[in-house]
Amino acid sequence: MNDAASESRQHYLNCDYSVRSWLLTTDHKRIALLYLISISAFFALGGVMAGLLRLELLTPQGDLVQAQTYNKFFTIHGITMIFFFLIPSIPAVLGNFLVPIMIGARDLAFPKINLLSWYVYTLGAAFTIVAMVTGGVDTGWTFYTPYSSTYANTNVILTALGVFITGFSSILTGLNFVVTIHKMRAPGLTWFRLPLFIWAHYATSLIMLLGTPVVAITILLVALERGLGIGIFDPAIGGDPVLFQHLFWFYSHPAVYIMILPAMGVMSELIACFSRKRVFGYNFVAFSSMAIAVLGFLVWGHHMFVSSQSMYAGMIFSLLSFLVAIPSAIKVFNWTATMYKGSISFQTPMLYAFGFVGLFTIGGLTGLFLATLAVDVHVHDTYFVVAHFHYIMVGGAIMGYLGGMHFWWPKITGRLYSEILGRIAAALLFVGFNLTFLPQFVLGFLGMPRRYHVYPPEFQMLNVLSTAGATILGLGYALPLLYLTWSLFFGKQAGPNPWGAEGLEWQTPSPPPTFNFERTPVVTQEAYAYDTELEGHRV
Amino acid sequence: MWPTALSQGLRWFPEQASTVAGQVDALFLFLVAVSVFFAGLIFLLVFVFALRYRRRAEDERPKAIHGSLILEGLWTVIPLGIALAIFVWGAYLYFVISRPPAAAMEVYVVGKQWMWKLQHPTGQREINELHVPVNRPVKLTMTSEDVIHSFYVPAFRIKADVVPGRYTSTWFEATKTGEYHLFCAEYCGTSHAVMGGRIVVMEPAEYERWLTGGVSVESLPAAGEAVFARLACNTCHKTDGTGRGPSLVGQFGQTAKLASGETVAVDESYVRESILTPQAKIVSGYPPIMPTFKGLVTEDQLLQLVAYIKSLKLDGQAKP
Amino acid sequence: MSEHSSQVAHQFDDATQQYEASTLGMWAFLITEIMFFGGLFAGFFVYILGHSAAFAEGSRHLDLTLGTVNTLVLLGSSLTMALAVRSAQQGNRQGQVLFLILTMTLGLVFLGIKGLEYAHKFEQHLVPGPHFRLEGPHAQFAQLFFSFYFAMTGVHALHMIVGVGLLAWLLVNALRGKYSAEYFTPVEVSGLYWHFVDVVWIFLFPTLYLVARHA
Repeated sequence: MNDAASESRQHYLNCDYSVRSWLLTTDHKRIALLYLISISAFFALGGVMAGLLRLELLTPQGDLVQAQTYNKFFTIHGITMIFFFLIPSIPAVLGNFLVPIMIGARDLAFPKINLLSWYVYTLGAAFTIVAMVTGGVDTGWTFYTPYSSTYANTNVILTALGVFITGFSSILTGLNFVVTIHKMRAPGLTWFRLPLFIWAHYATSLIMLLGTPVVAITILLVALERGLGIGIFDPAIGGDPVLFQHLFWFYSHPAVYIMILPAMGVMSELIACFSRKRVFGYNFVAFSSMAIAVLGFLVWGHHMFVSSQSMYAGMIFSLLSFLVAIPSAIKVFNWTATMYKGSISFQTPMLYAFGFVGLFTIGGLTGLFLATLAVDVHVHDTYFVVAHFHYIMVGGAIMGYLGGMHFWWPKITGRLYSEILGRIAAALLFVGFNLTFLPQFVLGFLGMPRRYHVYPPEFQMLNVLSTAGATILGLGYALPLLYLTWSLFFGKQAGPNPWGAEGLEWQTPSPPPTFNFERTPVVTQEAYAYDTELEGHRV
Repeated sequence: MWPTALSQGLRWFPEQASTVAGQVDALFLFLVAVSVFFAGLIFLLVFVFALRYRRRAEDERPKAIHGSLILEGLWTVIPLGIALAIFVWGAYLYFVISRPPAAAMEVYVVGKQWMWKLQHPTGQREINELHVPVNRPVKLTMTSEDVIHSFYVPAFRIKADVVPGRYTSTWFEATKTGEYHLFCAEYCGTSHAVMGGRIVVMEPAEYERWLTGGVSVESLPAAGEAVFARLACNTCHKTDGTGRGPSLVGQFGQTAKLASGETVAVDESYVRESILTPQAKIVSGYPPIMPTFKGLVTEDQLLQLVAYIKSLKLDGQAKP
Repeated sequence: MSEHSSQVAHQFDDATQQYEASTLGMWAFLITEIMFFGGLFAGFFVYILGHSAAFAEGSRHLDLTLGTVNTLVLLGSSLTMALAVRSAQQGNRQGQVLFLILTMTLGLVFLGIKGLEYAHKFEQHLVPGPHFRLEGPHAQFAQLFFSFYFAMTGVHALHMIVGVGLLAWLLVNALRGKYSAEYFTPVEVSGLYWHFVDVVWIFLFPTLYLVARHA
């Protein structure tokens, strides 16, 4: 790589260094980086909250903070991690950056709406930060009524408005992706030649569009009930507090698929590249993404098996919940089969892929426990649930996010990072994660409820193990922050395709020029054409 | 034998102290076996493939394998079959957990921030504790005075939310004497984590002694009868049917025909609703003149009234 | 023709792609709006099942005349909006301006009548909250009806206000001659939005004013 030549080449980062050019950009790649900064800040905040929670739980007594403070900590942890980190993470950073490039387009369909979505996110974030700084909120991220609508005396309305506003950011991103994928594919790029990352983001966007508005109106009603006394969920005037749960979970269950589908998309890309093979059962993986999106809307009642919902409704939701597990299983089998007779290498992104496959499998299997009615009666609202969803959200989604970040970092920044540090961090994360959350399955089955800041002494040993794991986990997260930032200034320059990967994004320089391609590519073959010569096909 | 401390430390399951606990645990163990099998299978395959097919030369280019319809079919249908089997087992057990046996002893529970109030049919009241005899089914009828709580006894493997504005119920039959944790399992505010207590399961003779041991109290139906008289319900609901309202004798457990033409089951919820919002479901043939008692009765008193009305049985004579 | 190629944004290959993307985008957005209002309708129907008498009582306090007038006003405004889109398609600047102004006027008339209804409800103590008062046995659950009434028509009115704002922006551009047979996408897409807000009212009106009344 000729450093002088590459420095003189103009690309999306060096074309304009002014602050104005960043804050008023319509370039999807710059918007992706704006999001990267925002969500990283919230991840840090949510992580600090988690650390404080685990610190308190070292001992059975409430000796670190008062009860209400602890309750605020877990509420803020949930809200920041779900709404301000996980839901945007892959779509708003990797999706925004890659969707146009992967389909050979110059930008998304609506670049100004893309920028608007970031400002909307920031506005919602501002409301939420103000809520936290002026006293916090202690309803849990689930805002159950009538506690949230009538009894809580913390900043419910401010937080609800913050989440309400940020929801629109999600809707706008989903809208942009759907239209872009439908209308702006390069010549020759038919639906079944698309990278599975695109299929995953398409399915995710459908959920964002259809689900988010429902939680928006639900949260708005809670805010109205609290602020104006308009009672909709208040049993004192005949309102139904369980109706809130139905409306809330109608979105919040599909929301978990918003969080995992993009990570699954990343997995397809990573495993194909580092096995140097096309994804086994491409059609099945693509259709599984769509099936998950559809079925995901039909299972919300599995959060409410003990809520006084009818026994028969419970049975229907249980059956559907088992069905929605099947497409995820199909994907895991197909990814495993992709490795068969492949050419496997073990760079950092692939280590995250291994981690994902293992941890997502465990997380998904433990979901079956929760779908099983009689077992859920016992473990609902215990640490078993906490362990299950952290296996999926952290072991799955965050591994996917980090794997993707490490894979596309050279493309995004034009820099390479230390492979050794990358592998150490991945290993630390895997070990730390399991130590943190595996004991929680046992804790849950033993009967320790969630959202408890004190607990019976017989639960202490498992809690200590969990906190020890959390420390290692924290270290594992700090490492990439450090070496990735370091690479921005001191990392080796990256070529257009450091991994030898297939895909249109690797046909353009690292970092890409502002309009992505010199000339619109024409696509003539399927995705993941690893069996042809790497240099063989031209744009 | 293992020292107690060590066996305490190695505990994986709570005690099995109810008739369903063992069955729930069996299903749980089956799920663990299925999970270990599939997770193990994936882990093994990934490990073996990673080892066996690791890249040996930089220019390796493996042949493409598009897929296999047979494999897709197999790994769709087999997991589906297992999933459906688990579903059926779990749904059946859930059915059992949801339906109390007919002759269950009734206990009434009121949850409020941040305590549990329990009333025995014989009148004893407890706070955060429930004494019950072993080997006897107990049905809990519950409501909340404020926010949603959840009544959870891990040793019995039962849990049910306690919701304001309605009655929810669950049941158990304890099989081992001893003391077991009672937890609130639905976040309800500041002191959610300390809103717990214990269930004390005793031998029947001991339970009888406990019942009669304390201050003598009136039974729930008797307490309800007192409330009924104090609020002058008996001026309209005369037992001979000549009042402006229907006689309540023998009504509990029947179905009533409403003015709107619909029928309704006369259960705890209907009784409660009729006291708080009488206009909602008027019995056919009676004028809509019953006033509401909202604000004039507490949840405890409502449960006493429910118990009283339940106790109004028809005697041998035919009654209107 | 070439002077209009500058109307094609840089991310699009041609005007056709831009037009198709814009209309698909608006349709996608309208689907999210269906889900948004859908939550409110779902809640309403859940409650009316258990409290039909109280909801009927509440509905009877709504002004059927004003509601009907408003329905006709909105239907008329959809007609004028469609005519505005057609004028833009034909490059007819006078037609665009006329019909956009008519549509805005009708929209403002709708909002005015709604404001009048709200004022009446305020005077009659039918606004949910501490000052709510209704004689008769159904007071408690009728308050629930009015919570939905204000939430649903309020959210609808907000959408109308946004719509009127959109029309104002279109009007300014129409006066500048920005829309023609080659490029009328913003008018058409705003027309879609306006029609949607009208359709929501077509569902709201019978639900709140008619169905509940006879429940």
